[in-house]
Amino acid sequence: MKKIITPFVLVVLLGLIAWFGTAGLGLYTLFGVVLPYGAFATFIVGFTFKILSWAKSPVPFRIPTTAGQAKSLTWIKPNELESPSGAPGVLARMFLEVFFFRSLLRNSRASMVKGPRLVYVSDKSLWLAGLVFHWSFLIIFLRHYRIFAEQVPFFVPLLEAVDGFFEIVWYNEIHAVTLPGLYLTDALILVALTFLFLRRVLDTKVRFISLLQDYFPLYLILGIVITGSLMRYNLKVDVIAAKNLVQSLVHFHPDTSIQVGSIFYVHLFFVSTLAFYFPFSKLMHAGGVFMSPTRNLANNSRAKRHINPWNPTIKIRTYAEYEEDYRDKMKAVGLPLEKE
Amino acid sequence: MIYNAKVVLPILILFVVVLTYPFWQGGTEQRPEPQKPAKAAQCVEDAAWMRANHMQLLDRWRHEVVRKQERSYTSTRGQVFEKSLVNTCLDCHQKSDFCDKCHAYASVKLVCFNCHLNPELVEP
Repeated sequence: MKKIITPFVLVVLLGLIAWFGTAGLGLYTLFGVVLPYGAFATFIVGFTFKILSWAKSPVPFRIPTTAGQAKSLTWIKPNELESPSGAPGVLARMFLEVFFFRSLLRNSRASMVKGPRLVYVSDKSLWLAGLVFHWSFLIIFLRHYRIFAEQVPFFVPLLEAVDGFFEIVWYNEIHAVTLPGLYLTDALILVALTFLFLRRVLDTKVRFISLLQDYFPLYLILGIVITGSLMRYNLKVDVIAAKNLVQSLVHFHPDTSIQVGSIFYVHLFFVSTLAFYFPFSKLMHAGGVFMSPTRNLANNSRAKRHINPWNPTIKIRTYAEYEEDYRDKMKAVGLPLEKE
Repeated sequence: MIYNAKVVLPILILFVVVLTYPFWQGGTEQRPEPQKPAKAAQCVEDAAWMRANHMQLLDRWRHEVVRKQERSYTSTRGQVFEKSLVNTCLDCHQKSDFCDKCHAYASVKLVCFNCHLNPELVEP
């Protein structure tokens, strides 16, 4: 229980710190300028170092997975996707992995049925929830370029139009709750995150292997989604002031006089925390997926010789050299020689 | 030693370059300056509140006028206004000089004029 509750308390505390720090103590420069700069720099530098550290690890041999037939004799049908023989197959496999999480389709769930008998059944729910979550996150991130970029990029209005296509405005007695039209991704990411959380909590086996560092990013991203949605739909802030602040940051002369509503700083502080935490955590799977040896190596062990890079250079002594050295002695005792 | 540097480094550099786009996008900060109306010194409500909440107010007005026929709005300062985009808001503000400035800057679609007539519209 502790590993589920502790990160929750941590995230709530982080939110309270940002709220109290701005609304109470007026530390707008700290939460609006210093921490975002620090977090973004940490993210870029940390991410780069992590990738380089992985790139420095040798992967001398191919790791073929047993999921498909390798390229062999002409009359045996190879499976280029599961066991690629060259670059095209590898690229296709990587593409499907990075964009559609194909490996997760193999996810299975073990359960005990009457008998007692242990059965494994295919469980695609993790794949679906993961896909919904990651794609929603990407679209939400790209939509934020209306704030990040001075001139709103072409894809932002496009995404906004598709995402807000249904123009869902839900009213309660007093006012509109989702006023400038509900974005589908805002709702979908919330559903997906809730599922991913419940998956860890409700399944005993998954709960057993889940750690504090599994729950913390879940809560943190939930915090980001909730504060962001609250800011958009309910606790309105001055968007122009928010964009002015971000633009002053990206143009490297931070405007410390700008004060946006506190919910904005809670959102920003959560995002800063995520960016800062990212390179040191499991979230680095974002970069790591490109470095997975079981996905990005062609299964060509039989076609191409792979030499281990740290093999020592061994001085080989052939029999011919041996015979040359002992020719006289061998001849004297009458041993047979290969070369007279 | 970095293995497969020919593949890893270009992708890594591309990632960093794309991600830092806002920092090297260039240009100078151009903050929107919506024109202040000459007619009135103050808006229906406090300006700072209006900046963040005007869409909520307008939506509530629409709701109350269309569904309940309540056409007068008493502001927190006690002033009474007609709940009307064209007669109240656009009496002081101009769409092109006021609304569009910030809405373009923050990429927020202005849906009011899907139905309402903009008084400054010139018929050909």
